[in-house]
Amino acid sequence: MAKRAAPEVNAGSMADIAFLLLIFFLVTTTIEKDKGILRSLPPIDDSQTEPPIIKQKNLFTILVNRDDRLLVEEEEMDIKDLRQAAIDFLDNGGGVNPEGESCDYCRGKKDPESSDHPDKAIITLKHDRETTYGRYIEVQNELVAAYNFLREREAQRIFNRSFASMLEEKEKNQFNKDEKLNADIQRIKDMYPMKLSEAEPDKS
Amino acid sequence: MSKFKKKKGGDLPAISTASLPDIVFMLLFFFMVATVMRDNSTMVENKLPSATEIEKLKKDRTMFIYAGKPSSQYKQFGTEGRIQINDSFVDLDAIQPAVYEYIGTLPEELKDRVVVALKVDENTNAGIVSDVKQELREANALKIMYVTGQKKEE
Repeated sequence: MAKRAAPEVNAGSMADIAFLLLIFFLVTTTIEKDKGILRSLPPIDDSQTEPPIIKQKNLFTILVNRDDRLLVEEEEMDIKDLRQAAIDFLDNGGGVNPEGESCDYCRGKKDPESSDHPDKAIITLKHDRETTYGRYIEVQNELVAAYNFLREREAQRIFNRSFASMLEEKEKNQFNKDEKLNADIQRIKDMYPMKLSEAEPDKS
Repeated sequence: MSKFKKKKGGDLPAISTASLPDIVFMLLFFFMVATVMRDNSTMVENKLPSATEIEKLKKDRTMFIYAGKPSSQYKQFGTEGRIQINDSFVDLDAIQPAVYEYIGTLPEELKDRVVVALKVDENTNAGIVSDVKQELREANALKIMYVTGQKKEE
């Protein structure tokens, strides 16, 4: 029997086939990264202590009704004005904090009719059960944006860097703590503590 | 009689493409491994709202809760907003056990850093979200994230 040499298979089209598959997977891959607004819920408090009395001027009341309209401090407001209104309220600094210090970093109008000190300023948000979630998130977003704006401003003033970059650095070394950085972040946070209370919607 | 004779013909040698398939296969395997086919299907409509002040979610410590109207193939569950955990519709009182169960699966160092991500359809009533939040408070899972898309700043 004659020994026949096996014919060589042409592998030239192998690259084409592989490319085809590659392109398919490239297109279908979604390297998904979820993002969102991070918030903390208040822990449940069973103690029967009287809630402290808060002066009306230190409260910034936002109501969202079932038609998604906003009532801010008893006036109707458009969502796009909410951020500035919240910044003005938080940054007002018209009085003193519980320790009796006045707010020397606030740049607001120092209106005695508005909030005393960022330490005391509280934003309360109440929504109806039938408010759409989309609108609720919009409102949350504007309020978080107001706090972030003020914290960013102070971080630039004191540390000459952005607050976001500080948080990022903290995140990167989360398992070996940098005490100084943490203290700096805490200092900024304490200047404008996020006091955002949410009322339970009425049961109907 | 120079030592350096000019080569005859200035033709460049053809670049060998023999290793091209190898390179392409390497990329192919990378993408095949990196592709995650969605592991759980949502049974509710899930059009997320968008926001600007967003942070990244850490997948390793996050439990997902979906809420919204049942999507078209689950019409028999009505048109009211429903809560979905893992692959089934649940009632409010099933949230707490689900949270405890999830915390139990986490490694020790992440147990107290658990984050609950709420993926809620933007047309749902906010009432259901506040019910869920109340349950989470009772389960002592206090860090929550409203998962949103990135809004384009104008």
